[in-house]
Amino acid sequence: MSEPAKGISRADVSHLAGLARIDLSEAELDHFAAELPAILEHVAVVQQAAGDDVEAMSHPVPVNNVFREDVVVPCLTPEAALAGAPASEQQRFLVPKILGED
Amino acid sequence: MDLTRLSAAELAAKLAGKEVSSVEATQAQLDRIAAVDGDINAFLHVDAEGALATAADIDTRRAAGEGLHGLAGVPIAVKDIVATQGMPTTCGSKILDGWIPPYDATITQRIKAAGLPILGKTNMDEFAMGSSTEHSAYGPTRNPWDRDRIPGGSGGGSAAAVAAYEAALAIGTDTGGSIRQPGALTGTVGVKPTYGGVSRYGLVALASSLDQAGPVTRTVLDAALLHELMGGHDPRDSTSIDAPAPLVVAAARRADVKGLKIGIVKELAGDGFQAGVSARFDEAVELLTSAGAEVVEVSLPSLEYALAAYYLVMPSEASSNLARFDAMRYGVRVPPAGADDPSAEQVMASSRDAGFGDEVKRRIIVGTYALSSGYYDAYYGSAQKVRTLLARDFASAFEQVDVLVSPTSPTTAWPLGAKLDDPLSMYLQDVATIPANLAGIPGLSLPVGVAEEDGLPVGLQLLAPQQADDRLYNAGAALEKLLEDRWGGPMLAQAPDLEVAR
Repeated sequence: MSEPAKGISRADVSHLAGLARIDLSEAELDHFAAELPAILEHVAVVQQAAGDDVEAMSHPVPVNNVFREDVVVPCLTPEAALAGAPASEQQRFLVPKILGED
Repeated sequence: MDLTRLSAAELAAKLAGKEVSSVEATQAQLDRIAAVDGDINAFLHVDAEGALATAADIDTRRAAGEGLHGLAGVPIAVKDIVATQGMPTTCGSKILDGWIPPYDATITQRIKAAGLPILGKTNMDEFAMGSSTEHSAYGPTRNPWDRDRIPGGSGGGSAAAVAAYEAALAIGTDTGGSIRQPGALTGTVGVKPTYGGVSRYGLVALASSLDQAGPVTRTVLDAALLHELMGGHDPRDSTSIDAPAPLVVAAARRADVKGLKIGIVKELAGDGFQAGVSARFDEAVELLTSAGAEVVEVSLPSLEYALAAYYLVMPSEASSNLARFDAMRYGVRVPPAGADDPSAEQVMASSRDAGFGDEVKRRIIVGTYALSSGYYDAYYGSAQKVRTLLARDFASAFEQVDVLVSPTSPTTAWPLGAKLDDPLSMYLQDVATIPANLAGIPGLSLPVGVAEEDGLPVGLQLLAPQQADDRLYNAGAALEKLLEDRWGGPMLAQAPDLEVAR
């Protein structure tokens, strides 16, 4: 088990925001960097709770693959599926360019 | 007769007896909403036209002698996290401002099939993240008992709507207490069913391994009637339990605790619990004892770590679930200021910054941290082990007792804004409700009176093993009856009358 660093820096918050694709403002970075250490310190106690012999539980009930018969059932029309899109064209979602200039 | 004061069961009986029509009942609720919701802000959207159309249809079908569902024609409010075709669904977030789902959630389908007029969508903390409904992008909901106080959260809108007689029935969702805690703080009844007991298809996901939808009502029997309508297997939710649903309505009608073994959770008492909360809780337990229940104290040692585990599991799952808000397929798209021809990634990041509120960003960052390489085992992995320990604690407790009890919330409703700048103190309010979500067991909160020091409602929580939801309704209905006999009327008769706008 890796030992996480105690605090969380402003640079860490900026990195995490990048991973989460949220363009936080300078003020928000300051705000979260000041606030998150106390929250992370509180939740870190889980590391003291259980040893390696305890299994992890991801779901409260057993989760199995669920299959159905391979038959056609009604689904959304293209118009309905696109109705909430910020932009669409020719029955497709219209998105900004995928590749950056750099 | 004021139709808005009736319970759903009472109204259903009058509808079936053709003493009143669904149009009359629905109009009465719409009038009540118009009169009080300017102050309460329980509703984000009201669909008067749609509700009245459903009501008129039910009246016609009833007059024609058609066999109808027992709750047909009883109006209902739906939390704004449940997909409703043709009706806005914002989750209290700006990022979904104006979104109209192209499909119904399974529970919406079941409500429509049973013929309940949908009054509208209720306010909530953004994406159900919060314990006060102050994190809604559309303004806070106010507690009908004291409009300067929060109604609890995230489902403050549904609870306040029911407490303010704007509806007798409402749908809530509960990831860490979002049905039960607002129930406690508004003097109403709220139930989180067993995980998998009610379909999650069409609920906007917060934390998929914790989320459950359930009933929000003024009486235990009403909750059972709505639970039965909502629940049962759904092939479109792969975690839906494919087994007969617990017989909750019969249990609510039984209401007999003679010989029932009740365990008081030792760790959920004493320090940190408001004096008036503890006093009302103790009295309620005495009442249960006097009615023939056997009460013992039980210990759940791993509760010590449960809150911390919850505040890792929930943000981790939320950070993953909310990745779907990418400004491409639905939701608002806000291009970055000053960027000429921005990329999809830049548009996504600026849209998420503009569309998400402070608490949602906070939890996404925490979740991203807990799931990131190098920290995963220490945080998310350890939290999952705590879930195992907690499930073992519950299993051993339920070998000794039939149900567990605790106060639902450590305090009564606090003033608006009091905890807004201190997220950790807000999180600590969920200490009694989150264990049920981590373990997947059902929980019910019902009002047990007001705290002496502030005159605000106190809730008692019942917990039972998975798929034993019926035990909650049996014990809850019994306690409700004992309390109402003592009070000489329902809990909400003790609430102040709201000013009515004309």
